[in-house]
This record gives sequence, C-alpha cells and structure tokens, in this order.
Amino acid sequence: MVDNVIAVRDIRKAFAGVQALDGITLEIAPGEIHCLAGENGSGKSTLIKVISGVHAPDSGTIEMNGKQFSGLTPIEAISNGVQVIYQDFSVFPNLTVMENLAINAELAAHRTFVNWRRMRATAKEAIAKIDFDIDLDAKVGTLSVAQKQLVAISRALMSDARLIIMDEPTTALTKREVDALFKIILDLKARGIATLFVSHKLEEVFEISERFTIIRNGASVITCLPEELDHKKFSYYMTGREFDDSRFTPELQADAPVLEVSGLGVDGAFEDVTLSLRPGEILGITGLLGSGRTELALSLFGALPADRGEIRLEGQPVTLDGIRSAIAHGIGYVPEDRLTEGLFLERSIGSNITISEIDSFASKLGVFDKAAAKAAAEAWVKDLRIATPDPENAVNTLSGGNQQRIVLAKWLATNPKVLILNGPTVGVDIGSKHDIHRILRELAAEGLAVIIISDDIPEVIQNCNRVMVMNAGRIVAEVDPAVTGDAELAELMSKDIVDLNGKG
Amino acid sequence: MSATTATKPTALRSVKNRLFSDPHVARLGIILVLLLVFFALIKPSNFFGLATWQSMAVQFPEFGLMALGVMLTMVIGGIDLSVVGIANMTAIGSAVLMLQIAPAGSDPNAGYLAVVAAIVCSLVVGALAGAFNGWLVAKVKIPAILVTLGTFELFTGIAVIISGGKPTSGLPLQYGEIMANRVFGVIPMPLIVFIIGVIVIGLLMYKTPFGTKLYMLGSNETAAKFSGMKTSSLIIRTYMTSGLFASAAGLVMLANYNSAKADYGSTYTLLAVLIVVLGGVNPNGGSGRLSGVVLAIIVLQVLSSFLNTFPNISNFYRPLIWGGVLLLVIVVNEIGNKGALARMLKWKGTQS
Amino acid sequence: MAALVRKLVKTNEFYLFLVIVVLAVVIQLRSGQFFTPNNLVDLANAMVVPGIFAVGAFMVLVSGGIDVSFPALASLSVYATTRILVDNGWEGGVWLPFVLVIALGAILGAFNGLFTSRFAVPVLIITLGTASVFSGIMQGVLSSVQIPNLPPAMTEFGRATLFVATNPDSGLTSSMPMSFLILVVVLVFAFVLLRYTTFGRGLYAMGGDESAAERAGFKVRHIKFWLFVIVGIIASLAGLVRTSMMDSMHPTNLPGIELMVIAAVVLGGTAITGGSGTLTGAMLGTLLIVIVQNSMILVGIPTFWQGFSLGVLIIVGTGISAIQLTRARKRARVLI
Repeated sequence: MVDNVIAVRDIRKAFAGVQALDGITLEIAPGEIHCLAGENGSGKSTLIKVISGVHAPDSGTIEMNGKQFSGLTPIEAISNGVQVIYQDFSVFPNLTVMENLAINAELAAHRTFVNWRRMRATAKEAIAKIDFDIDLDAKVGTLSVAQKQLVAISRALMSDARLIIMDEPTTALTKREVDALFKIILDLKARGIATLFVSHKLEEVFEISERFTIIRNGASVITCLPEELDHKKFSYYMTGREFDDSRFTPELQADAPVLEVSGLGVDGAFEDVTLSLRPGEILGITGLLGSGRTELALSLFGALPADRGEIRLEGQPVTLDGIRSAIAHGIGYVPEDRLTEGLFLERSIGSNITISEIDSFASKLGVFDKAAAKAAAEAWVKDLRIATPDPENAVNTLSGGNQQRIVLAKWLATNPKVLILNGPTVGVDIGSKHDIHRILRELAAEGLAVIIISDDIPEVIQNCNRVMVMNAGRIVAEVDPAVTGDAELAELMSKDIVDLNGKG
Repeated sequence: MSATTATKPTALRSVKNRLFSDPHVARLGIILVLLLVFFALIKPSNFFGLATWQSMAVQFPEFGLMALGVMLTMVIGGIDLSVVGIANMTAIGSAVLMLQIAPAGSDPNAGYLAVVAAIVCSLVVGALAGAFNGWLVAKVKIPAILVTLGTFELFTGIAVIISGGKPTSGLPLQYGEIMANRVFGVIPMPLIVFIIGVIVIGLLMYKTPFGTKLYMLGSNETAAKFSGMKTSSLIIRTYMTSGLFASAAGLVMLANYNSAKADYGSTYTLLAVLIVVLGGVNPNGGSGRLSGVVLAIIVLQVLSSFLNTFPNISNFYRPLIWGGVLLLVIVVNEIGNKGALARMLKWKGTQS
Repeated sequence: MAALVRKLVKTNEFYLFLVIVVLAVVIQLRSGQFFTPNNLVDLANAMVVPGIFAVGAFMVLVSGGIDVSFPALASLSVYATTRILVDNGWEGGVWLPFVLVIALGAILGAFNGLFTSRFAVPVLIITLGTASVFSGIMQGVLSSVQIPNLPPAMTEFGRATLFVATNPDSGLTSSMPMSFLILVVVLVFAFVLLRYTTFGRGLYAMGGDESAAERAGFKVRHIKFWLFVIVGIIASLAGLVRTSMMDSMHPTNLPGIELMVIAAVVLGGTAITGGSGTLTGAMLGTLLIVIVQNSMILVGIPTFWQGFSLGVLIIVGTGISAIQLTRARKRARVLI
C-alpha cells in the first residue's frame, strides 16, 4: 500500500453546538489529483482548515509522512508540506510580485532587515519553478485573476510542498487560463506534488481529477473514480436528494416580443447582438468568462451604455441611459455577485426586499408607511419561502440560497416585464438551486420574460426553452436545449475563435 | 397572515423595541440615568438649580447641532469635517449682513428685518456649502474625509477674508432678543433650536423613505446603484443637510457670543465626530440611531457640567473627560461584543 | 535611461514636482524673490516642523490608519518637558530636553499603540479620543499656561544656525536653523525603516490587506504598537523643535495642524486607504503647502487668503487624483 501524503480519519469538529465535521475520512496519495466536492455548508472549508492546521479537530487522527497527529498547528502543517491557496489568494495588491513572493521567506527566517537583492533572487527562483513569465516589479493589484493565482501558486511552491490545496480555483478563470492551470497541476504531479481541489463544478474538474471525495453534512459520502460519476449521481451524492430533471417548455404563448435587441455592441466587450424575447420564455445566454455575457447583461440593464444598436421594449425603441431608466422600463437584474452588488448585508430582510420600490410606500407628503412596507415584505418572504423567523433580521443571518431569494424578491416587487439573472444559482446549495429554478418557471408561466445568463450548462439546458451561446463577444449559435446536449454546448462555448481584439 | 398575539399594547412594545434594539442606545441610556442619579446625590444644590440646566441648554446646541449633521454623513459612510468652517462662515456672513441692514442706531423694525434676513441667508448659504461638499464627494468622487478637510480650510478661509481675521460684533439688539431669548422666561432659545433640529432629523430618518435610503446607501453603495437608488442625489442632499445644521449651529454661536469669529468652536470638529461615534454610529456607514447620538450629546454635557460644579476641576478637563469616555466605551464595547465590534468596524478608509 | 524616465513619468510624485516648479517659477516671475538664497532658506526653515510631523503621519497612513493625535501628543510631551526643566532651573545642555521629550513621546505613543493594536476600531476614532485625553491632561491636569522663558539650552538650540544666507539685492538674511538637521535625521531613519526592514514592509503590507499580512506571518499587533511609539517620538521631536524656534511654549499653538499635515501627505500621493505612497511624495506635498503659505506674501497676496488658498489647493489636488482614478477604472471596465 502506498504511503499517503496525508490521510485524515474519522475527524469530528463542532462549533458552538453545530457539528461541522462528523467523522470524515479522506486519503490523498503522493502526486494524486484529488477533488473534494460538496455544497455550501457541507463542511469542506472546515476540513481544509483542519488539514492546514487552522483548526484542531475534536477527535480523529491526521497522518502525514508516516507520523500521526491528533491536531496540527499551521507551522506543523507547512513544515509537513501542506500549502493552502484560498480563493482570495492572500496576496498584497499594493506590493510588487517580487515582494509578495519573497516576504514570507523573509518573515519565516525572522529577518529584521530586508535585502532586496536576496528577495529578487528568491522570487526569480520561485517563478522559474512553474515557468511563470511575469514582471517581478509589477504591482500585484494590476494583474489579472489568473496571474494572481499563479503568484499564489509560486509562493506555495517555495517551501517544500507535497500537497497543494486549492479552494475553488477555477471560478474566475477563462477556459484558456483553466487549461494553463491544469497544465501546471499535471507538471506538479510529475514532480510528486499532490493537489487537492475543492470544487463544485463537475465538468471542469472532471477532466483532471483522478479521484473524487464527495462530502455532505460533514461526512464523506463516497470516494470514487471519475468514471463512476455523472451529473445526476453527482447531484444526488452532494444533496442526498433525487431531483426531477424535467425540461422547461413555455406554457404561455405570446405573440409579440417584449424585448427586441438588434445589432447591440459595446466596444471591447461584445458585438452585433440580436435577439428577441417573448413573455413566458426563459432564454438562456451562456458563454465562458470573458465571452461578453456579463457585459451584455449590464448593457440590457442600462449599467453599461451601448455604443451601437437598438433596444426595443414592447415595440417601442428605448435608450437605456442608466440603471434607473432600465428599471423604469420594467427591466430587473439579479446580479452575478449578490454580496457586493445585490444585498445590504447589515440591513433587514424587509428593507432589502422593498428598497427598489420604497418610494411607492410614501404618501403624497412623503410620509413613509412602514406598516405597508412591512406587510409587503412579509408577503414576499412567504411567497418565495425565505427561511427566516423574522423579516427584521439582518440579511447576513441567512444562507446563500435564501439571500438569493431576497434579491429575487426585490426585483419581483418592482413588477418587471423582463428579468435578467446573471449566475442565479452561484454559491447556492442544490436544494435552493432547484427551488429558484421552479420559481422562475412559475414566473414565466405568469407572463414574465426571463433571461438566464450562466455558464452552468445543465442549469441552462434544463430551464431554458432557447439557448444562445456567446463566444469572444459574439453570439455564435442559438440552440434548442431539447435537442442539443451538454457536450455540444461546451464545445460551442470554448471553441477557439478570433475574438474582438483580434486574438485567436 | 397569522395574527400576532400581543401580550402588551403594541404601541408600547414598539417604542421599547426601538429604544432597546440598539445596544449602544441602551447602554448610553443606562449611563445617563446613572450619571443623573450620581449628580443628584452628590451635588443636589446644583442639580436642582435651574441655572445649571439653563447653562447646559445654552451650550450643547452649539456642537449638538453640528453632531446631528455629521451623523447623517457618517450614516452614509462619509464624514463632514467642515461643519465648523460652515458655521463660522455663515455666522460672519449673517453678522455682516445684519450690520448692513441695521447698523448701530437703527430702529427696531430694521433690526427685525435684519434678523430674519440673516437667518434665512445663513441657512441657505449653509445648505449650498453642504451641497458643494456633496457634489465633490458624489460626482468628482473624492473621499469625503479629504473633501471636507479641504472645504474646512476653504470656508474658514472665506470667513477670515470677510472678517479680516477680527471678531465681528455690534449686532442689532434684536438678534439677541430673539435668539438669546428665554421662552416662557425659562427655556433658552438655543435649546428650542436644537429640539427643532432633532425633530427634523427624526422625521427625515424615520418617517420618510429618505432615512431608509441613507442606511442602505451607507451599507453598500454598489448595491444601492444596482437597486436603482439615486445615489448622487442622496449624497448631495445629505451633505446639504449637514451644512444646513452647521449654519444653524453658527446662528446659535452668534447668539451665545454676540459676535462671530473665524476660529470659534475650533474643538467642535473632532467633538462632533466623537459624539456621533459614541452614539453608536458605525463610521463605515449603514447603522446607528438618532437616539444614540442625542443621548451621547446629553451625557457629555451633563458630565462636563457636573464636573464644573467642583471648583477645583477646571474647564480644561473637559477634553480629557470626553476622550476618556470615548476610549472607555471602545474598551467596554469590545469586551462586551467580542468579535461583533471587530467585524463591524473594519476600517479601510471611506469612499463616499 | 529611457526606461527610468518612463517609470518616473508614471508617478504622482513627478507631477507634484512639476507643479511645485511651475508655482515657483510663477512666483519668481511676479516677485523676483523666489529663487533668492534667503527665501529658499526661509522655506527650508518653514518646512522643518510640518515636515517632521508629516513623516509620522505618513507612516501611519501607509499602515492603513489616520492619526489625528500627533499635535496634541507633541504639545503635551514638550509642555511637560519644559515645565519640568523650568521648574528645576535646568541650565545644562540641550541633550536633556531631547531625552525627556523622546521618553515622553514614547510613553504617549505607547498609549496610542495600546489601544490601536488591541481594538479593532478605526485608528481615526481612537486617536480622536487620545488627542482629547492628551489635550485634557495638558490643559487640565498640568494647568498649562504659556511658558515664556525656556531653559537656556532650548533657546540656544532654537537659535543655532547651520549657515546664513544673504539676499544679494536686498541684503536680507535668513539663517538655516540647526533643527533642519533633525528633519534630515528623521527622514533618513524613516527611509531606512520603511525600505529596508521587515517592520517597514509590514506597514505597507498591513495597509494593503491586514488579514493577509497576519496570515503571511507579520506580527500585526506588535508592529502597530511600535509604530505608534515611533510616531510619538517623532511628533515630540517636532514639538521640541517648534518650541525652541519660537522661544516660548504656547500650549494651544499646535493642535489644528493635523489636518494640514494629513492633507500634505495625501497631496503627495499617499492613498488615504493605506498601502502606498512614498516619503518623497509626502515631503513634496508638505513643500507645496509650505510654499503656498509662505510665498503668497511675495506675490502680494495678504495672509488672509492663506486658508482659502490651502483649501482650494487640497480640493483641486485631490480632485485631480480622483478624476484620474475614475478614468483608470473606466478604462479597466471596473463598472461603477
């Protein structure tokens, strides 16, 4: 039997009465590429923290390098070769690449004085390890997300790492950047360095992972090989529930389109977009990061003024010169990043829901009818089944899925004609995911026109009656999801074509 | 909708909820009560003397009104360091105006006219100055702390230019008649002005959507834009209100000192910020209640007046007490809400 | 060489330098008095106290905080020092005032450091509190009054000159004060600290991302504490210099200068949010404000207009910065 790089057995950890880890076992062989999958709240972050020494487990053992530990300190973890790269990469945006790479080493050596020549040498050595060509004097804040990630990886490799843990590494990367990352990971494997991916995106990690461990409610549900999984099984293991995968067909048959877009373009983002949308439809727009899909959404919402093209609402041409103009015309937008763009976390659930319509609760004299607003908020909470004991509670007391429902409620309260949702189920547990999809289908049946923008192919295939694929700023295909499969869509999204900037 | 079973009359319950829902307010309330009891027990002659309260009521509106304005700007995540500058500038301006309309020896009617003109002008100019602040913050997008630092110098500079650096006095008697008056022979006018100010802010914050919008804006400006809020207009209106209140403070100062000078109230800038923070307003924006700020004003004033009754403790101890109280509150809060305060007050500088 | 020039042109400090040069030329043209030896020495003279304060303020800003207590701290430590020396009739050398002021500055700085390193409350708010406390101690506990007669050592120090510059035309002379050396020493110290020690890099790291700094291994609490001790010492030195040069201790002279110093540092390109900025920039910013304040008289603008001009300067300077930032963000398509 091969000596594992690390094996955690039967780990239990509780926080204030909540059992985060409930007897989980995980083994990683040397040089293995292992994926840890689980939905939000499954315990995957806690497990990472236990492995890296941030938390000590309540019970269970950790084996590393043939030694047994009942608990680790961060220093012990690092000296045993464990390096974690968190989602924010823990870099200093205001310092140069060189400093970011070298500063840990200087600190670890307890130096009082900093020697710039030594730091530069250290940094050069670090980036050479993964063949990373970067200007050492560039401020990290100016780098792209992929480059920041490579800085973090270089830094992780500086100490003799034997296991690199990456938390959701592919979230903000384009397909090309993901390919580059995978090449590096394979290279690490060749050098005997194991990688533990934490992810929930089956398609992306499928091609590279050698083994999966799926975690649910703090315990491992199954450890298996990729061949043994497909979407349905994956979903089932992550949530323990079987879901009805029926596809969406529009109930409503409306004749006139509510939204028509022709030749819309924003320089440097997207070009020549033409589409039309009827009430009762759910249109899917899919594409990878950088395909222009988010910019298109923002343009339709008035947040990004178009350079050319025309938008018509209910047959009338409109100029959307700002967000308020779009809202006035009946367009709503559930943003990609609800924490920074959609929610007021410290404020109450009720005020988050009523904020866009708040003036409607004011009398002629400007007096605010709090009772009416409260009642309206409570109605929405009930309607969308937002799990909270009191709408006066702050939004940050809720889970991701419930928070997303609040954003949804806010927009539904404005009585829109068109609702655009960008990444509607990102960071949402699978149960809420299906609930939100059901809600959208019901809304469509009631006459709302919905656009779902997402790179989650199954989401788009199941919930849309039409799907448009964007690639490099253009719409390259419009498909019928009943006919087209996952694989073909993925192919259309990632096909290398010459993009708007002439890069192929 | 299920019926709520009320064990107490709902009105009473809601008042109680409002007062005690915010831990800062509750704490300040308790401190105030304790302070008053202490005061009454140790210095009963002063405590039960009208003069003590009257002198308090004359003093605190000066900085109290400024604190009310600063409070609004801090709720939206900004700050207003220019309030003293606006106060002095408008005070000097109105003094000069009054002297023009009713120079020494004029008849009372001219005097009354002068007073009305001065008050109106002061408030208008104050609002405009505040709007200028708001425009710089909202449209030019300069961090509020830098804007108001610059406009503080600017407005004070204008005050110096108009007044030549010397105090402006010789105001028509009518001004003092009205503004330094004791209503019913007992209540000083500054207190009335302050109470009006509190009512105005209270209505704005809690009876109109404006208040809710301010809290949301302070909580997350990006989400505010994405939710369709008129963020620039809100910011400008907030700073306008702060400017208005600052000029009201200037009018009170004008009455109290019967003169105006460009450097009056120099300690009030930081004092106003101190009061607002003491009152439980999060400097990052998005929370804090008016009741907290009002209580903070009263607590500080009562405390310093209490200490004034000891002849050995001079006036100069006041800043020491204020600073000490603030630091004490910080320590107590941190121990009391371990972690909660830390999460709330992660400072990264203000953007608006 | 070309690469160096290109790099230079991208910095804020370069443009600030240009502005100063242009301003100087304009004043020279209007008065013919700017580039005279005695005027330049006068400027250097006027730079000393704000410059020393600016070094301290700069270091705190870089670490991500805003300190408003330094004038009150300086006043208190110098007042106490002077009081002690005068009451005991100190006739000896100037070394003792220095030692006392440094010691007191360190203690008061430690008071600041204690609170800022322990409590997760904005430095601005904490120093608001400590400024009041320092001011209160000085005025209340020590019942401060103006002390007109300083210990002779201090007066001498205040009068000591490095050299004298004479204006060839008007015959006016200005002396370059000995205390300018203190500014130089403080600058060198700060430069070495910020650039060549892990402590200094830690300040920048903290200003960039405090939790990442913690995770990288910086002892953040420790650094914050000692930062304020150092700043306390620096501020007290500035206070000592000022008192010596003015030859009297006026307790309420200094407070009020804090906003001007912070404005100067920010004009010099230091972000108010922390993590970036250079000493050069801070000094250039201070120089700009000092020129505006001192040289207006050369152009015939009465001193009344100083405050106003300072205000305009701050607004325009920060405004330009802000507009540049907005444009850069628009270009990078960082929406809103």
